[in-house]
Amino acid sequence: MKKVKDQMMIDRLADAAREGRISRRSFMNYSVAAGMTASAATGLWGTSAKAAPSKGGNFRLGAHDGNTSDTHDPGTYVTFSMIQVAHTFRAYLTLIEPDGTLGPDVASEWSATPDAKEWTFKINENATFHSGAKVTANDVIASMNHHRGEESTSAAKALLADVVDLVDNGDNSVTFKLGSANADLPWLMTDYHLPIIPANDDGTANWQSGDGCGPYKLTSAEFGVNYTFERHDGWHLEGAYFDAVEVIVLNDPNARQTALVTGDVDAVTQLELKTLALLQRDPNLLIDNVPSAAAITMPMLVDTAPFDNVDVRNALKLSVNREELIEKIAFGAASVGNDFHHSPAMPYWPDIEQRQYDPDQAKSLLKKAGAEGLEVNLSVADSVYSGAVDMCVLYSEHAKAAGIKINVVREPNDGYYSDVWLKKPWCAVQWGARPTPDVMYSLAYKDDAAWNESRWKNPRFNELLRQAKAELDDAKRAEMYREMATLARDDGGTVIPFFPNFVYARRKNVGHGENLAASWPCDGARAASRWWFEG
Amino acid sequence: MGDILGLVGKRLGLGLVILLVISIIIFFMVELLPGDIAQAVLGQGATEDNLAALRKEMGLDKPAIVRYLGWLSGAVTFDFGASVVTKEPVISLIGERFMNTLFLAAYAAVIAVPVAIILGILVALLRNSIFDRVANVATLTSISSPEFFLGYILILYFSVKWGMFPAISSLSEGMTLGELLQRTFLPALTLVLVVVAHMMRMTRAAIINLLASPYIEMARLKGTPPWKVIVKHALPNAWAPIINVVALNLAYLITGVVLVEVVFVYPGIGQALVDAVSKRDFPVVQACCLIFAATFILLNLAADVGAILTNPRLRHPK
Repeated sequence: MKKVKDQMMIDRLADAAREGRISRRSFMNYSVAAGMTASAATGLWGTSAKAAPSKGGNFRLGAHDGNTSDTHDPGTYVTFSMIQVAHTFRAYLTLIEPDGTLGPDVASEWSATPDAKEWTFKINENATFHSGAKVTANDVIASMNHHRGEESTSAAKALLADVVDLVDNGDNSVTFKLGSANADLPWLMTDYHLPIIPANDDGTANWQSGDGCGPYKLTSAEFGVNYTFERHDGWHLEGAYFDAVEVIVLNDPNARQTALVTGDVDAVTQLELKTLALLQRDPNLLIDNVPSAAAITMPMLVDTAPFDNVDVRNALKLSVNREELIEKIAFGAASVGNDFHHSPAMPYWPDIEQRQYDPDQAKSLLKKAGAEGLEVNLSVADSVYSGAVDMCVLYSEHAKAAGIKINVVREPNDGYYSDVWLKKPWCAVQWGARPTPDVMYSLAYKDDAAWNESRWKNPRFNELLRQAKAELDDAKRAEMYREMATLARDDGGTVIPFFPNFVYARRKNVGHGENLAASWPCDGARAASRWWFEG
Repeated sequence: MGDILGLVGKRLGLGLVILLVISIIIFFMVELLPGDIAQAVLGQGATEDNLAALRKEMGLDKPAIVRYLGWLSGAVTFDFGASVVTKEPVISLIGERFMNTLFLAAYAAVIAVPVAIILGILVALLRNSIFDRVANVATLTSISSPEFFLGYILILYFSVKWGMFPAISSLSEGMTLGELLQRTFLPALTLVLVVVAHMMRMTRAAIINLLASPYIEMARLKGTPPWKVIVKHALPNAWAPIINVVALNLAYLITGVVLVEVVFVYPGIGQALVDAVSKRDFPVVQACCLIFAATFILLNLAADVGAILTNPRLRHPK
């Protein structure tokens, strides 16, 4: 067959590449499809694609979820808007790159002893605080100690529970000594609670001042309202193209989206999924729909009847039509769950056969368990996820086909996570994104974890979890996580219908790189340092 | 005059008692909310361990009554304490926001009160005419719509379609008065639409009520033009109910703006109150509620004093 060169298609592709609307991989695919040779396509990409991002401008980001009572104390960071703010003016030892790999930030390199019990982080020589002082080992130790010890009120206390000692090696490096092996420690350092903040003379961390070593320095902060920043000249990494950044808290979805449409802000951190189809029609907006590691889970307490029977659990897992939930509740912006808490957006994701909606098999499992005509309560609150109650009602409709009666119990939003979660036999929960499967499993699936939300205690799973923690060989770890995922899927007590995407948007004149980090909305909450205004 | 001062003194004393009762009610209502501050602050990610540490740091391990009395002893010396969550003094947390709320309320009042009273007089004058009907239907429609809906409609036309005013009223330092008035025009207009109907209809009703009185008949018979009958003869006697309604609506402009603040992202005191309740931040909730209560008490008092001053019979009791 003769290859026809589709010039119109190629021109459009070149335009798309120029405006940064297309990734290199898609560009190559389409160009070759349009009749170009691979080498010509590479050349065209090089000449048309956005070269160096341009500098300048004041970037205004409309952020959701802010509260007047937010503070600069990283130990109590809890709102999404503070996560955006933190990544704008503070810096962490390591960071998640747009392609999902682990990259250097304040730490320029790191290494472990073979038993993964001691990790040494070398501090970037160029890293400075906005006050001008260099980042020292002392600052790193003070920043970590802020979350450790009896007196600490930090929400990240559990994360660093394994750290026994922090040692200043005297050569601008810090060694973390762990009580038990942890191959994921460098990943843990990306946690938003753990920025590097300057140390006081007495060794405590000075979080109150608002000084940081991130890409921008804070010029004003009115909590729950807005924050302004200007570029920190001499920041130790590439990027920070904007001259100034403003984070404006816009809690109301309508206000947020209107502000974007009218150009009062340049980007927003979250869109309401219901209006996604309408916003897509606006030619001035570009929408980013990024699969994330956040998850909706429905843990059943496996020590409580009827969930103590694995066949009942699996029958319930088979009685949900996940595709329909994604289509109707998440408006398509989610990736399907497979009943193990390991999203495709996390490293080491195992591709295990997808569990399908199969009421007949569910029925036969119930028969085997002697639990025909099963009736169970499912607790949920509106605040769990937009449309959470509808989601559970839809689930109960699906389950009818398997002869299961699910009573959806609507609980109050207030106190849901203290009175319902971990207490009611079956409830719906939303989990934020965690960087690695180990962190997720250790938090909520390990037998003695405080938040073991299904009280599932599988010895083999826990043995593997312990082994994988100490395994520095990636291939071996991936194999362990595959086995653990299979165990959680087929024996565990948690139904995972889907992993919701991060859906956010920007004005057409805002450009970003080929990939977007999946850890937080807006490129891992680093839009301020990674994005730019098109020339 | 001495009677008025006596009345003001008595009412202010009573107001203090009311404030005390309100503070007790608010304290125990906040206590009744499920969950506590420590949980609200640390969120889903809290463990028993650091909840305990945080409770201790915030002084939540003490019994409720001790905490309340501690707050009260500060409050009587005008020290409203510090936010339990952020440790900032309450005054500095809500002072600026209260000023913003006052500014927006004043902006709306400056437009709404004259418009409502003049409209009220006009529709009383032209009662049962087309103008009367249109004005009534229009204002009743706007008062019957929820504020957020009015706000969205205004945003749709004035910012999305015509681009005349910004959709969000975020304030920044160093704004000129002109910029400020432009930025806050839409929320002010929303509030105007919400309060005009009440005041206008009360003005209309009060005036029409008086038009049947013999002394109005007399004025008409001696040939006074209709507008003069209303402005010179009827209105002075109608002030008392009008002032009452105006005072009530002014109080509403300060205390009822939460929805408007949310829609327009205006940093006022309503949002601070909502945030504080969700965090169980008792001193902030208490301060906001007391400000609201005091607003009502003072404006009601002002209305009563106003009613007395505009009525010679009450001003010079026999």
